[in-house]
Amino acid sequence: MSQLKNFTKGFIKENPVFVLLLGLCPALGVTTSAFNGLGMGLATTFVLVSSNVVVSLIKSQIPDKVRIPSFIVIIASFVTIVQLVMEAFMPDLFAALGLFIPLIVVNCLVLGRAEAFASKKNLVSSLVDGLGMGLGFAFALTLLGAVRELLGSGAIFGFSFIQGDGMLVFVLAPGAFIGLGYLIALTNMIKKNE
Amino acid sequence: MEYILIIIGAVFVNNIVLAQFLGICPYMGVSSKVSTSVGMSGAVMFVMTLATVVTYLIYHYVLVPFGVTFLQTISYILVISSLVQMVEIILKKVSPALFQALGIFLPLITTNCAVLGVAILTVQKEFNLLEGVVFAIANAIGFALAILLFAGIREHLELMDVPKGMRGAPAALVVAGILALAFMGFAGLV
Repeated sequence: MSQLKNFTKGFIKENPVFVLLLGLCPALGVTTSAFNGLGMGLATTFVLVSSNVVVSLIKSQIPDKVRIPSFIVIIASFVTIVQLVMEAFMPDLFAALGLFIPLIVVNCLVLGRAEAFASKKNLVSSLVDGLGMGLGFAFALTLLGAVRELLGSGAIFGFSFIQGDGMLVFVLAPGAFIGLGYLIALTNMIKKNE
Repeated sequence: MEYILIIIGAVFVNNIVLAQFLGICPYMGVSSKVSTSVGMSGAVMFVMTLATVVTYLIYHYVLVPFGVTFLQTISYILVISSLVQMVEIILKKVSPALFQALGIFLPLITTNCAVLGVAILTVQKEFNLLEGVVFAIANAIGFALAILLFAGIREHLELMDVPKGMRGAPAALVVAGILALAFMGFAGLV
C-alpha cells in the first residue's frame, strides 16, 4: 500500500467514527460545537501519532504477553502530557472537554491502531497511519460538531448563519446520537456509490 | 436521603450512557441480544464497584500523600486493567459458573470508558468511600437499564423493514437518540 493511500484511508474509506465505529464516546460527548470537536480530534491525533511511533520503535523489545499493558502505559503517558499542556495553555477548551481528555486512554481507536498496525509495521508507515487515522477522527468530530452546532444554534465555529433559535435538541444528548446516525447512513451511501 | 439522591441522579437524570456518553462501545457492541447485555451489565457492575473502591484508596492513600496526583490517569488505567485480569483469574478458580456467565465480557471492560470515567468522577465530586461505592453501583444500574431497554428494542428492529442505508448502526443510533430524549424527561427530578 502506498503511503498516500495509507494516509487518506482514514477520511472516508476506513473512517474511525463513521465506518469502524471506534471512539464513539468522545465523538458523541464533546461535539456540541465544531470547535470542541476539532480540539478533541487534534488532541487524539497527537496521542495516536506519538503512541504509534513509540510502539513501532520498541515493538521488538516488548514481550508478546505483556504487550497490551505496555501499550496502555505508553498511551497513558501521552494522554497525561496532553492533559497538562491543555490545562496550562487552553483552560477554556480543557474545561469544555472535561472528563473526555483523560478518557482518551480508553479510546478503542488508539489502542486498536497500536495493536493492529503499529506493532507490526515500520516507523514511517505507523507515523502516516497515526496521522491519517487521527485526522480522519478529527474530521469526523468536526463534521458532527458542525452539524449539531448548525442545527442547534444556527452557527458553525461560532459564526452564526441563521438568526433565531435553533433546534435545542441537537445541542443536547439526543441530538448527538441522531446526528451521528444520519452521518453514518450518509457515509454508507457515499461508499456504495464509489 | 443523600444516597437516594445519588442513586436517582446517576440512574435516571445523568444516565451514564444516554446523558454522559460513557461506555458507548459496549453499549453499541453487545446490545444486539438481551442475554448478552445481561452478562455485560453484570460484569460492568462487578468491575465498576471494585475499581471505584481500589482507585479511591490509591488516590487518597498513595497519590495525594506523595503529591503525584498528575499520575491519576496512568495509575488508574493500570489498576483497572490488572484488576480485571485478577478478577478473571480468581473467578475462574472460585466460581466457574459465574466465570462462564461473565467470562468473555471481562477483558472487554478494560477499554470500557465508563469504569475509568466513574473512578475519575468519584474523585472530582469529592465523594467519600461509601458515597463512591453507592455512586458506582447506581451508575452500573443506569448502564444496565439503558443497555437492556436498547437491546429489547434492537431485537425488534432486526425484523423491521428499515431503509437500506439506515440498516444496522445508523438505525440503532437513532433509536438511542430517541431513548436519550425519553430520559431527558427525568431532568429536574433531583
